This record gives sequence, C-alpha cells and structure tokens, in this order.
Amino acid sequence: MTAVSLTGITKAFKTTPVLRGVNLTVNGGEFLAIVGPSGCGKSTLLRIVAGLEEHDGGEVRIGGAVVDELPPGARDIAMVFQSYALYPHMTVRENIALPLAMRDLSRVERLPLTRYLSRRVADRRLKIRAAVADAAALVALDGLLDRKPKELSGGQRQRVALARALVRRPQLFLLDEPLSNLDAALRTTTRAEIVELQRRLGIATIYVTHDQAEAMTMADRIAVMMEGAVVQVGTAKCLYDTPADIRVAQFIGTPQMNFLPAIVARGAVRVAGLQAPIGLAPTAADGSARLGIRAEHLRLAIHGRGWLAGTVRHHEFLGAEQLIHVVADGIAAPPMLVRAASDDPLPPSGTRVGLIPAWHRMHLFDASGRRHEIEAAESTATQAGSRSLWATS
Amino acid sequence: MRGRRARERRKAWLLVAPLSIGLVLFLVLPCLGVVAMAFSDWHLGQENIGFAGLDNFSELANDAVFRRSALNTIIYALSVTPLSVLLGLMLALLIESSTLGRAFFRSAFFLPVISTTVAMAIVWEFLLHPSLGPVNALIAALGLPRQGFLNDAALVLPTLAGIGIWENTGYNMVLVMAGLKAIPQDLYDAAAVDGAHRPWERFWTVTLPLLGPTLVFVVVISFLRSFRVFETVAAITQGGPRRASEVILFTIYQEGFVFFRIGYASALTVAFVVVLFALTLVKFRFLDRRVHYG
Repeated sequence: MTAVSLTGITKAFKTTPVLRGVNLTVNGGEFLAIVGPSGCGKSTLLRIVAGLEEHDGGEVRIGGAVVDELPPGARDIAMVFQSYALYPHMTVRENIALPLAMRDLSRVERLPLTRYLSRRVADRRLKIRAAVADAAALVALDGLLDRKPKELSGGQRQRVALARALVRRPQLFLLDEPLSNLDAALRTTTRAEIVELQRRLGIATIYVTHDQAEAMTMADRIAVMMEGAVVQVGTAKCLYDTPADIRVAQFIGTPQMNFLPAIVARGAVRVAGLQAPIGLAPTAADGSARLGIRAEHLRLAIHGRGWLAGTVRHHEFLGAEQLIHVVADGIAAPPMLVRAASDDPLPPSGTRVGLIPAWHRMHLFDASGRRHEIEAAESTATQAGSRSLWATS
Repeated sequence: MRGRRARERRKAWLLVAPLSIGLVLFLVLPCLGVVAMAFSDWHLGQENIGFAGLDNFSELANDAVFRRSALNTIIYALSVTPLSVLLGLMLALLIESSTLGRAFFRSAFFLPVISTTVAMAIVWEFLLHPSLGPVNALIAALGLPRQGFLNDAALVLPTLAGIGIWENTGYNMVLVMAGLKAIPQDLYDAAAVDGAHRPWERFWTVTLPLLGPTLVFVVVISFLRSFRVFETVAAITQGGPRRASEVILFTIYQEGFVFFRIGYASALTVAFVVVLFALTLVKFRFLDRRVHYG
C-alpha cells in the first residue's frame, strides 16, 4: 500500500526554482527520511505534503487520494515542527487535545462549559480526555499534563509536540527536523524513541533532516535531495555502499569519502600517473573522473609496498577507531583518511607509508558526477580484508 | 587593586552625574514641589505662603466641579479605551492580512497620532460646526435635524470621545501590528494542521491569545492617554457647555493658571496621579497574570 505519492512536484519562489520535478513514494507504515544540505528544498517539499505551501505543478496523493486542493486540516496528517510550535497559553493537556477538539467538536461545542449543557458534548470531552491521556502515556508525559509549555524542558516540549501529533492517529506523520533543538545526548535517546513509537503505531512517516547520521540510524529508506531534486532513494546501506551520484557519496557517511582525481582512457583508470588495476563498465566515457574510496577501505603499508605512496600528517583518536591523515604523493587533493582499529600501532607523523585500497570497494564518478560500476580482480579484493600491513611488519 | 576599584567608582559617578543632576533638578524636585504645594494655600502672586494641612484635599472631596470633571474624565476614558483598542486591533488585522496598500493604510491611520492635536481640534470644530460644517450639511441633506455636536451638553462628551478615538486608534494599531509580527508563523502552521485553518479559528486559537501581552499594554497605555485628555477640551469647548465637557486636566489648568490657586491645583494633581497610578497597578496585576506565557 502506498501512503504518499508525489509526482512531478515543482515549486519556485518568485523566479528561483526550489523544487524541480520531485517524484517520491512512501509505503504504508514506512519511515522515510528526506536528507540534504540546507536549501535543497526538503522542508518546502514537506510543507507541500502538509498543504502549508502550494506547489506550482505536480500531484500529491495521500492514501491514494489527490489532496492538492485540501487544506492541511483535511489531509489527515500530523506534523512536528522544529520549534515544536506549542500553544504557549494552553496547558500540555489542552495542547494535545486541540487536534481532537477541532475535529470532534463543533464551533459551539468547543466553547467552555458546554459539557454541562449537553450530554453528547460531555461524552465527547471525556473521550478526548482519555485519548489525551493515552497519547501522553505513549511519550511518558503523564504527570505533566497541567503544566504550561514554559514550565517544561526542551525534551519535554518535544514530547508534547509528538503527543499532539499522534493523538489523532493520522494517516501520515510529518516531522521537520524535530531533534535539532535538543542537546546531543538527548538527541540520541529520542531518535530511538521516535523510531520505536513509529514502529508501534505503524503510521507512515516522512522525516526531514539535514543530519545524515540521523537519517541513516532512523529511516527504513532515505531520499537524498540536492538542489531541488531527489538524487537517490534507498536504504542506508544502499546509499552508503552504492551512491548513485558523487554528491550522495560526499553527503552520506562520516568521515567523508576520499576522492582522487583520475583520468579514464580506453577503459583504464590512472591516478597521478599510476594505473589502477580495475576494470570499468562500458558506460564510463573517457575523460577526467574521480575515484572515491571510504576510509575503512584503505590500509596502510610499508613505504614502497602500497599502490600510492604518501606521508602521514595527523592522527585522530576516536575511541573505537582512529583516523590517519595521509598526504599522497603527486595528488592535489585533501589528505586521504585511513580508518584503523584504535589498538593498531600507528606510524608517527612524517612517516612515509604506502596505501592499499580495497579495489572492489572503489567508486568511479565521471565528470558529471554519475557513478560507474567497477570490476576488480578477486585476488586484490580479498587481500584488502586483513589488518594494516604496516602494523604486522 | 582596591585603589583601582575606587578610582573606577569615582569615574562612574562622574559619568552619570550630568544625567542624575538633571533628573533631580527637573523631575524629582518639581514633583516633590507639587506635593509640598498641595499642602499649602499659595496663590500665584501672593507673597506669604501658609501651611494649609489637608484643607485642599477636604475641599477637593466636596468640590462639585472636581466631581463633575472626574466623572467626565472617567466616562471619556472608558469609552475611548475599549473602542480605540478594538478599532486598532481590527485595523491592524485588516492591514496585515493583505499586502495591498499596507504602507498607505498604515500611514493614513497613524497620521492623527503625529499631527498637532490643537490644530486638528480646530479642523474638527469646523467639520462639526452646526451651520457651516460639512457633517451637519450631510445630516441636513439626509433630511435629519442639524446637531450641535459641540454645543449640546448631551452630545459634547461623546463627540470629544469620538475625536479621542480617532486620535488613539492609529497609535494602538501600530502597537498591535508590532505584536502581530512577533507571533511565530509556526504556530499558525501547527494550527492549520491541527484543523484550525479558518480565519476565525486561527484568530481564537493563535492570534488573540498570543496578542494578550500586547493588548494589556495597549489597554493600559490607551487608558492613561485618554485620562490625560486636555487639548481638545481647551481648544474647542473650554469645558462647556455648562461643564458638560470639563475634564480633570482642564480643571487643574483652570485652578492653577486661570484662578492662580496653585495650592489647590497641586492637590488636584497629586490626587490625579495617585488615582492613575493605583489604577495602572491594579490593571497590570490583574491582566498580566492571565496573559504572560513566557
């Protein structure tokens, strides 16, 4: 079942195009993250799905029905805002109850004291109260229901925003950078809580974030947006292992992938004059290109034994692992990052070393940024699996 | 270390001295002077000043003119404040709801605030003139009897209140506009998603509650401003006809600068300020607690 489908969504602010024909589907019960640098149009896209922004072209379907002409309140969605957007004059209980009160009570019935005049209103109010209590319990807010937002911590406010979103059990959750106002420790725990909550309720979710780590840890699938277009959609592993575009490769993964300037000529790849022992798919055209390789797919070797030669510049100790910065000879690019286990003995700064890539984990991106398949010999592939040669020598 | 501290302190005092001396000389001493004179029987031009004790205040309590002018002032303030706040709020909402001619309307409605009241009073006097004024010409053209807006004892106070509303609405409108600007768009978005997207629902759910603190301020300021009504009365009606438009500031002015009874005028002033201060305090206490969300 498809929860949301977006077809050819375009949007321009004045003359600046913000969305250039976005196609995207969210499956029933799926957690989809939209990730991209700021200004890529991800928040605008979310606001278009919510109905808070009008799109210039294309079609938005929620639960199979076209909702282009419906106001936000009629789309059966709920949204959590980066600022939480709690009503400051209402208690937590009233904040959470508002979506239900707007839906289940008429204008007259929403007036105070009506519950004493009509049995029906009293019943509905009781139901709303119970639903609010349920929603509050789901996010561990019980006991805070009579407070005002200003009396809550940032994390508690965030929970109120979540409770207000889920109290109505909508068809679709929209979350716009909901964790960016929390401190780092709280962010990590809240991530897991939101994912668990989403699984439990089984409600399709679109989650917008600029933090690729957040997207990778939370989402079933991730859509990477760049300059108003969706560049790639896939699972975290798919995006990490086979980025379709150099911008995806640059954006996904910490530390960033290493890139080496390369020349493709007649099916062969050369980097700084050295031939790389890899075969190319016939799709790759001749010309300048870039070879990408992640830090964990590089190993250090004794000087003279690797493919590339270089000098160690700097170490970063990260606890479970460390990153070694190596400036490769004859390559005008930022230092290559090599990932090593934290207990590996390491060459001091200034040491001359060799670099051995895991050839089959290399990515070739052509001048337009598109990725091409690489074929590497099996022997060179297995060789890369073991530990640093430098360490064992 | 201690020497440097002391030097710094001396320098600090030196720097605030000009302002402090000015404050004491032009604000604190005159205020104390007024309070002191309220307990004297001083007439302007008289050589000897005697201590009058509470005489001025007991006279005030039995003064029919003062009672009349206090009542008039309260009626005036109670009609100008709510209407000018309500109109200001409506105008601000109307102007903010559309970008069409926003700058024009904003300046148009703010003009009465920056124009000289006395000059405007003369214009109003002409507009409302029983035989020459265009307003009465219009009324006559409709076949209705001409009205002596400023000469009729029953009409003069409402007419002055009308002019006061015209004067204050623009000011309140600008304050409300500033308050409207401070409401985060996110709240309107959240309300829309939650199902409150019709204008009236938006207004009740978001706009009015979040304008609360601004509105309290606007109400208090309007009340104080309307309590100080003087120029229109002095320029047009002189408190007449038959004291129907006599207001407190005008009474004080007459006692002090026409009858030269400085002692009594001072007592009036002290009473006026005390009452005003008390009212303001009560209002802030009562309203602020209900609208401050932090």
